[in-house]
Amino acid sequence: MKLIIAIIKPDRLEAVKKELYKADVNLITVSEVLGHGRQMGVTEVYRGVKEMGNLLRKIRLEIAVNEDFVEPTVKAILKGAQTGNIGDGKIFILDLAECIRIRTEERGGVAIG
Amino acid sequence: MKRWMVLVLLLLGMALVGVAIAEEAKTPLGSATETQAAPAAQGAQVTEAPLKVDTGDTAWLLISTALVMLMTPGLAFFYGGMVGRKNVLGILMQCFILLCAISVQWVLYGYSLSFAPGKGFWGSLEWAGLKGVGFTPYKDYAATIPHQLFMMFQAMFAIITPALMIGAFAERMKFSAFMVFMVLWSTFVYDPVAHWVWGVGGWLKDLGALDFAGGTVVHINAGIAALMAAIFIGKRKGAENKAILPHNLPFTLLGTALLWFGWFGFNAGSSLGANELAVNAFVVTNTAAGAAGLAWAILDWFFHEKPTVLGTATGAVAGLVAITPAAGFVGAMSAIVIGVFVSIFSYIAVTVVKPKFGYDDALDVFGVHCIGGIWGALATGLFASKAINPAGADGLFFGNPKLLLIQAIAVGVTLVYSFVVSLILYKIVDFIMKARVPEKEENLGLDLTQHHENAYTMIE
Repeated sequence: MKLIIAIIKPDRLEAVKKELYKADVNLITVSEVLGHGRQMGVTEVYRGVKEMGNLLRKIRLEIAVNEDFVEPTVKAILKGAQTGNIGDGKIFILDLAECIRIRTEERGGVAIG
Repeated sequence: MKRWMVLVLLLLGMALVGVAIAEEAKTPLGSATETQAAPAAQGAQVTEAPLKVDTGDTAWLLISTALVMLMTPGLAFFYGGMVGRKNVLGILMQCFILLCAISVQWVLYGYSLSFAPGKGFWGSLEWAGLKGVGFTPYKDYAATIPHQLFMMFQAMFAIITPALMIGAFAERMKFSAFMVFMVLWSTFVYDPVAHWVWGVGGWLKDLGALDFAGGTVVHINAGIAALMAAIFIGKRKGAENKAILPHNLPFTLLGTALLWFGWFGFNAGSSLGANELAVNAFVVTNTAAGAAGLAWAILDWFFHEKPTVLGTATGAVAGLVAITPAAGFVGAMSAIVIGVFVSIFSYIAVTVVKPKFGYDDALDVFGVHCIGGIWGALATGLFASKAINPAGADGLFFGNPKLLLIQAIAVGVTLVYSFVVSLILYKIVDFIMKARVPEKEENLGLDLTQHHENAYTMIE
């Protein structure tokens, strides 16, 4: 089992979701986050005072999958989120120790899907 | 212990009100009528008929008074949007409690200190508890509206003036110290200065200084006291190297719009009648606000690549400030010039002067209200014309350099007096109860530490 965390541009969320559904990945958690990468965010100006390096809005996806769904999920995210510009985001893949469905108390691979 | 002291003070206050009520009962509402009717009864040389209330003027002033009242909550949102989300209730509460507190202070003794006739430092206590302030017009202030209406109209000015200062010490003043400071400030700074400029026997009024709707009394007065408070309370934590970002600019723009709307009462109401002068004030108020907002947007565009919402809102407020003393004395074309230049001066004050001297005037009360007020008062000395208002005077550009000098004296006196006395009051309050919140409370925010509340729930 793996946990896939992806940071993407907010305007790519719909496209990523569409690609995930196509790959039969239906269980995702989405949150709004702030962050910046190498380009150091945006510059904001308040009454003439410049504020450099302000954080940009991003979307964070969390998707828990069984081994055979890892590659299809990654491909779907890449397809939906890639624009070729700076700030497209990152995908992290972590080992997942356990997964428990609260309703039925099922554990492991069956609980994920 | 502290709680008991507050209770005792409140009880004492109630006792005073009780005495006032007893007095009121002795002389029922028409008291002013009686005093006026008395000489008439003696017959002889009195030729003046008792003043008659004009319904049109009264209707306009009732509305104007309500309009000016709306400015204080408007100001609360103007400022509230600019602070961090942990301090927004603190700002709203400070503005709102002034609306409550000065409403009471004004009828108890504030109006009397400011407007009762007298040649001294204050008016007098003759009108304390509204004794003798009835429904018959008082000729020297407003001959066509009930005296109590004039009193109420002025109350709204007395409320918003201390509220303007809140922006300077935003996000770090203790609420209890704030309350004590503000009541003292209203009594020892606002009331005397209002008397000097507007009151019968006021020495600046007798000197010939023109202040149509309160550029000197309201904006310079509050603006310089705000600078004092910002300097002596010290910088906000986290404001040393960077700006603290506004948490809700839509609030700020909403507040600006409410201020603009209320300002029609502030300026056009200051004609004290539904007449041509009110229309002139209305026109120049709107024109100056527009010109100044536009000018600030262009300055932002030119120097910082984009026109900002906060900048445009700030410019509009600066324009309203600058036209305030001039509203009844200048025409629309002068208003455009006044509006454009106030944005330039305030822009320099906010973006160049403030960083250079390093005081943390959090929401630029000094840069907008004091600088705008000074420019407005001096601009009145430049652009005033008897063609607009025969009761006024001609300015420098209309052949009378003396007015500019008188305006400068009024500005200088107000600056010095307000700064010095505000400083003394601040130091007394700071010595007794510490004006600033402890660092830990400042980090947590004033909403939680001063009011035990939060503006926004994060999780339901």
